[in-house]
Amino acid sequence: MPETPELKRVANQTLEALLPLAAVPLALTIGAVMLWLLKVNPLAAYGALVSGVVGSVFGMTQSLVQATPLLFVALGIVIAFRGGVLNIGAEGQITVGALAATAFALSLPHLPAVVMIPLCIIAGALAGAAWGGIPGFLKARLGVNEILSTIMMNQIAIQLNLYLLTGPMLDPAEVAAGTSIAQSALLPRAAWLPRLVPQTLLNAGTILALILAILVYIFMWRTTIGYRIRAVGLNPNASRYAGINVRIYQVLSLVLGGAFAGIAGAALVMGVQRRMIYGLSGGYGFTGIVVALFGQLHPLGAIPAAIIFGALLVGADQMQRTMQVPSAIVTVILGMIVLFVVSSTIFSRRRARKRQTHV
Amino acid sequence: MSDLFTLPVILGIVYSGIRLATPYLFAAIGETFAQASGVLNLGVEGIMLMGAFTGFYVSTITGNLWLGLLGAAAAGILLGLLMALVSVTLQAEQGISGIGLSLFGLGLSSLLFEKLMSSTVAINGFPSVRIPLLGNIPYLGDALFNHSLLVYAAFLMVPISTYVLNRTTLGLKIRAVGQNPQAADSLGISVAGIRYLTVTFGGMMAGIAGASLTLALINLFQENMTSGMGYIAVALVYFGGWRPVGVLGGSLLFSFVNAFQLWLQVKGVKIPSNIALMLPYILTILALTFAANRARQPAALAKPFERGEA
Repeated sequence: MPETPELKRVANQTLEALLPLAAVPLALTIGAVMLWLLKVNPLAAYGALVSGVVGSVFGMTQSLVQATPLLFVALGIVIAFRGGVLNIGAEGQITVGALAATAFALSLPHLPAVVMIPLCIIAGALAGAAWGGIPGFLKARLGVNEILSTIMMNQIAIQLNLYLLTGPMLDPAEVAAGTSIAQSALLPRAAWLPRLVPQTLLNAGTILALILAILVYIFMWRTTIGYRIRAVGLNPNASRYAGINVRIYQVLSLVLGGAFAGIAGAALVMGVQRRMIYGLSGGYGFTGIVVALFGQLHPLGAIPAAIIFGALLVGADQMQRTMQVPSAIVTVILGMIVLFVVSSTIFSRRRARKRQTHV
Repeated sequence: MSDLFTLPVILGIVYSGIRLATPYLFAAIGETFAQASGVLNLGVEGIMLMGAFTGFYVSTITGNLWLGLLGAAAAGILLGLLMALVSVTLQAEQGISGIGLSLFGLGLSSLLFEKLMSSTVAINGFPSVRIPLLGNIPYLGDALFNHSLLVYAAFLMVPISTYVLNRTTLGLKIRAVGQNPQAADSLGISVAGIRYLTVTFGGMMAGIAGASLTLALINLFQENMTSGMGYIAVALVYFGGWRPVGVLGGSLLFSFVNAFQLWLQVKGVKIPSNIALMLPYILTILALTFAANRARQPAALAKPFERGEA
């Protein structure tokens, strides 16, 4: 391989990093055209979106609140993708993680906060890890396509949640009032994550997510296990020849991916809702995929990406309230961003191939 | 328990089982073509939703079910072309791009539904057509030969697609492109051309599958009404060993379990409905786990083709 001048290499890398960023303005532009065709003034709609985020302290903190589960989920997806497995099951892993944290807090209500909070988060992580581990095991042992099995696990989690919230875990107060809204009892105060700004929902979960992002970076790039996960993802055959047990690392990447989504669920109930509700996962599992892709499958890249998409979710809420634009437009935009980002990788691959043929 | 399995009950389950197999059959047979040529289209879910919405919308405003069906097919073709562009021309990772397409279809169908249709009134879907002679067989006639035209069409797709895939030059080309695109390319077969054809056809079938829900089975549109059917259809292709007959078996297994589960709920059998509703998804995982003949999997499945690459 000829020595590429350092400057050119850096320029190329910068271009490759920036190219996917164009996906957001492109998708927003097409979204604007759609709104215009639907007789909605796109400037007014996007104006409402922006003012929903930057127009108030609540909007700004809420963007971070929304970014938090996205970051947890994206960290798990980054690990799984780097290990060569696609985890589409975060939605279900969030749900079981939240259920486990809720069940733990409600069954041992008298624990002090210093014990309660870490144990609840661990319970969420373990449940999420198990929910991700099943598809991981099935893939490693029996070659079951993990994309399909994780999607099915999502649907199973939805039904499990409904079953528990309308039966065994239904809030006794709801039963007494005869209203029977599908939600659990309020968590004991010891399990509440401290709120950081008064009158907002911003809580300590956000700080935990940031710390974990840095830890995941260290884990993936500075430890042997992380190195092996990445090696298995890059080239399973070469890894096998190098003596790495490929199957174990595939299972591990899905288990870790599930654990992070489980923590997201635990943090949502402990920091935001303070009880388990129906529809808690609310699309974070899928938006987290977009965040991970947009953050270049890097744990630190996921931080700004999570904030951008967290803000997008908050702005869309405002757009729906003031402009009657269905928040489904955000799903459309997210879908387009995924398509653009995965399509843009062809340019970097083409260039890589060209470099190889010059040998 | 004995009154649970009387003859009318069994015939009722058979009748709904046949009916409910329709969307799975359309979507999974279309996907069989795409996968046979080496493209994993995970966007089926989103395409089905767009087909379901378009069929419902066009039928509602024109009052013509056939135009609705045509609209659903057209929507499917457009989204199929988009998937082909992304996964064949731009060689994107197919698992992720399919998820993107599904999000796109889910969002767009909900957006259009909320903006274009203020109220939801059920439409009169395709009526049942009794097949002469066969339809007059006592008991079985009602259960098997008194369905809407879309149901018959879905089952007819099985022999037709088996014939096309196994007995025609086109079918041979499709399978060649899916097994060994390099060899197919060197024989002058256009790998990209074949893949565009199969993915677009698969898109059209997924669109029709969605329309079968809104125009024949449920006759209403709801946001995210497929709730995973498109993904199940993709799983059925694996389960069916990439053969239309296998897909037929899988679709029937599914729809019968579903019909049985619905019946249990109607009868008020003491199973929590949410547990019963998990069944199809648990069954899918089991089906994938014990899918026969993984050896039949197209060797180039989900691998983009670049000429000159070993």
